[in-house]
Parts: sequence; structure tokens; C-alpha cells
Amino acid sequence: MSIELKNVNYIYGVGSGQEKQALKNINLKIGDGEFIGLVGHTGSGKSTLTQLLNGLERASSGEIYYNGQNIYEKNFNMRELRGKVGLVFQYPEHQLFETSVIADVQFGPKNLGLDNLEVELRSYEALKLVGIGEELIDTSPFALSGGQKRRVAIAGVLAMQPEVLVLDEPMAGLDPAGRDEILSLLKDLHQKKNITIILVSHSMDDIAEYADRVLVMNHGELVLDGKPRDIFQYQDELEKIGLGVPQASGVIHSLRKAGIHIDKECITAEEAAQAIASVLLEKM
Amino acid sequence: MKSFIEANELVHEYSRRDEDGNVIDIKRALDGVDIRVKKGDFVAVLGANGSGKSTFAKHINALLAPTEGTLYVDGMDTSDHDNDIKIRQTAGMVFQNPDNQIISNIVEEDVGFGPENMGVPTDEIWERVEKSLKSVGMYEYRKDSPNHLSGGQKQRIAIAGIMAMKPKCIVLDEPTAMLDPIGRKAVINTVMELNKKENITVILITHYMEEVIGADYVYVMSDGKVKMEGEPRQIFARSEELEECRLTIPEVTKIALKLNKLGVKIPKDVLSVEELTEAVVRLCKGKNIAGL
Repeated sequence: MSIELKNVNYIYGVGSGQEKQALKNINLKIGDGEFIGLVGHTGSGKSTLTQLLNGLERASSGEIYYNGQNIYEKNFNMRELRGKVGLVFQYPEHQLFETSVIADVQFGPKNLGLDNLEVELRSYEALKLVGIGEELIDTSPFALSGGQKRRVAIAGVLAMQPEVLVLDEPMAGLDPAGRDEILSLLKDLHQKKNITIILVSHSMDDIAEYADRVLVMNHGELVLDGKPRDIFQYQDELEKIGLGVPQASGVIHSLRKAGIHIDKECITAEEAAQAIASVLLEKM
Repeated sequence: MKSFIEANELVHEYSRRDEDGNVIDIKRALDGVDIRVKKGDFVAVLGANGSGKSTFAKHINALLAPTEGTLYVDGMDTSDHDNDIKIRQTAGMVFQNPDNQIISNIVEEDVGFGPENMGVPTDEIWERVEKSLKSVGMYEYRKDSPNHLSGGQKQRIAIAGIMAMKPKCIVLDEPTAMLDPIGRKAVINTVMELNKKENITVILITHYMEEVIGADYVYVMSDGKVKMEGEPRQIFARSEELEECRLTIPEVTKIALKLNKLGVKIPKDVLSVEELTEAVVRLCKGKNIAGL
């Protein structure tokens, strides 16, 4: 699997007199098995970018290639692309509509034109992946808790067996335990199913913990692209564009300013604790 | 002295009924809750999804009445429906979704809606609108359409709308759940300022731990009960109990706890990057570590 964006621009409201360029000259390559954190403040263009990836929105100019194929070419199978690149919107549980959990999950694969047995198999597997037990499959999705509803909605996308899963703030509004459940689900999908994950999140702590690459958007431009450890060194730059760094990085940077030298760039609580302890304990 | 808000053994049951009106299921959302809020305090109610915290918020505003137990708001009994209007004027409520609370096309009209409905004279309405918009830092947007504002700005407009009714108390039910970090900070700062400068009693319902650091007192709810209470610092030092309530401690506090496990004696109740830095610097000085 590979996705490549070449000189992609996206302009809203063309001809309305209120044109707004949401994406400016984006060049980007996404490879197999990556876990990408996509960050940027509200209005930075990150949601627009996610919607271009599965052909939901069309770029104003530029090209997008999926496995080397230009998705804007005439004979490109857009329906297949939407199955391969699964998109989970913000508050996906608002899109649940069927009378039972299983019917809701089956809706996507049915629309791919698969036979009944395949639809059934995929749906059960998807529900199992997200940790929804068999006792719940015939209940109304609306009778579930917020966290469960969200997992059912994600199962609906997983049942299409995507190669790439793009999630727009999938943890929004969930309590800390609910957040952890979603994050460990994503980690499992990435490691065991080898699904490429693109996670839009405001939480730098979560990105530091889970992602192996960070894309930073600002005013429609891709301004930083790299490993979390490298990106989070740029605390001042990130703060200038309305973002931050993980608290662990913040602590290390603040200690450096206070004159305590810690070489290693720490991005998680565990790393920061180890680094601080080694400074303090080696002198005892 | 009597507390401004006083919940005694408060119970709330939601009942589900079938088509004939027979009760088929009862869920106890509040199960003997005792909460007290002093006038002028900033009190946070923390809890996971489904802990009962939003149900409690609705009781303060008399949107719900107690199934058992009592709740007094500024001395008024919320189970007496004759008090409803007075209670709602005393305790204003801000909800989660900013888009559901804005009703007008122009910011200043939206803020004026509340006092207009209370029968406040026109001149005074405009005075109140100006003052409330200034107090939330949104005065320059008074002629704008709320549609063009960000989520955080809309929430501040909603808060201004409540302020214009001059309540003694504001109840905010997860006001930042749908906002980005900048919007979240702006809303919390606004609320803290109103608490300090205007002496408004604030009750903040949330599951974001960072937002309760500045609170005077914190109640932690789980399964409809108050499981923990105390000052933020005391609460955050009890990380295991918080986890049992499906909550977690701030990342810096985690670093401090991990340091202790590694044998570094550092206070376990640090809440901010600054506090942790200071604590580490102090230890370094004590040990004469290079350069300090």
C-alpha cells in the first residue's frame, strides 16, 4: 500500500466570492504499516486532507496516487478506494442508524457488493476486533454507552477491511479510560492487522505514545514531517502555531532552561522519569 | 453557615416505560450524593462517562427534581416547582455543545436574549450585554454572526449570555469537550476569571484533569456516588483510586510518581511542568549537581 500526494491544493467556495484555500501545495508519501499522527489547530486543513485521501473530496489541483495509480484518472475505481481507505469521522456514533448493532456494521461491506456469507464473516470479525461481545450484536446501537457506540461505528469501517484507517479525533469526548480503549484498539490494528493508521488528535501525549511519524499542518500547509522525537524538539515553533508538546517534552525543555542538562529528547512520562532519575541518582 | 449549594443524600432514578406507561427499567443515576459548595468557590465535579455528574448538574438548575434526598440552591428547595424560575436565575447553565446554545444571528442579540426574557428594561439590557461580553473577552465580536466564530468563542458567548442574567452561580457541564486545546484554555481561563473578579460561584463538570487544577475543591463521582473529595492536590496524589473511577492523573504527576518508584524522593503531588521543574532543580542544588 502507498499513498502519494503531489502538489495538492484545495480551495473552498470557488466562484462564491469567499474563496478559501484550505490546502496549499501538499507533497506527501505514506507507506505501508505507518502509524501517523496528524496535528494542527482548528482550521489548519487537517480534516480536509483526510477527506481527500479516500476521494470524498476532490483536490482543486495536483495529483493523488494510490498504489501508484492516479485516483483522478477516468477508469480509476473510486468505490474500491473508499473500501481500502477507511475514514472514521468525528463523533462517528452520530452516524449509527440501523436497528441492531450487527445490521449497522454490515451496511458498509454490503455496499461493497460482497456476498452474504462474506458480509457476515467480516462483520463478526470487525466486532470482535473492537471488543464488542456477541451478547450485544442484536441490541439497538442506541442502547449502548458512548464508548461502545463509537467502537461499533469503527467496526462498521473495519468490516470493509481497509488497508488504511484514517480517524478524525476518535477519542474526542471520551473519558480517560474510554480514550485508552480506543488507542489500544488502534495499536492492535496496526501491529496485528498491519493496517496503516492516520490519527488526527489534539493530544500530543497520545501522539508521542503511539505514533511513529508526525505531520504538522498550519494554515493549509504541511509545515513539519518527521519522527515524534524530532518534531517535539520544536516547542517554540509548535506553540506559535497553537499547538504544544507532550508534557514530558515540556518538562525536559524546562529543565534544560533551568540549567540541568539532559541530552536525550524524552517524549513519554516513562522516558522523562528515567532521564531525570539518571541525572539525580548518578551523583548520589 | 449554610452552604450555597447543599445536596443531602440526593438520589435520582431514570425510569424507562413501555407503551402503556408501565415502568420496565429503573436506573439509579445518583445514589446518595452529598455535595456542598460555598458561595464564591470554584468547585469541580470529576467523573467518567456515565458517572452521574451531568445528572447532578441538571439538578442544580432544577431541570431534574430529586427522587429522594434534598438539594438546596441558595436556600431554595429544588423539589418545589414554585422555585424553578428563581433557581434558574440563581444558577445559570452552560452545556457541552456550543452550537445548541446559540439562537441569534448576531452575537450581542444572542447575549441579550436572556435578560430580555426576564423583563429587564432595554437600556439595562444593553449595559449588561456590553459588560458580559467584555468580561469574557468577546466585546469586539458583538456585531458578528456566531456562525463565524470558533467553538471556544461560541462557548464564551454562551457564558456571556448567562452572565447577562446576573446569576450568582454558573454550572458548566463539560463545556470544553468539543473544543480544541486553544478553545479549551480560553474557556477555562474565562471561567476562572469570572470566579475571581466577579465572585461568581462556579461548578465545573468535566473529565479533563488539567481543568480542575485551579479549583478550590474537587468531588470525584463514579457509579452515581461521590467516591473522593478534597483539594486538587490531595485528589491527584491518589492515582490508583482515580483509575478505578476510569480517570487518570496529569502526565507530569505520572512523571513524579515514576521518579519515586525509581528511588528519587520528589513530592508526589506536583501538578504542572513548572512545579516539577522547581522540585527537580531543588534536588539538584541539594546534591551540588554540576552547574547549579
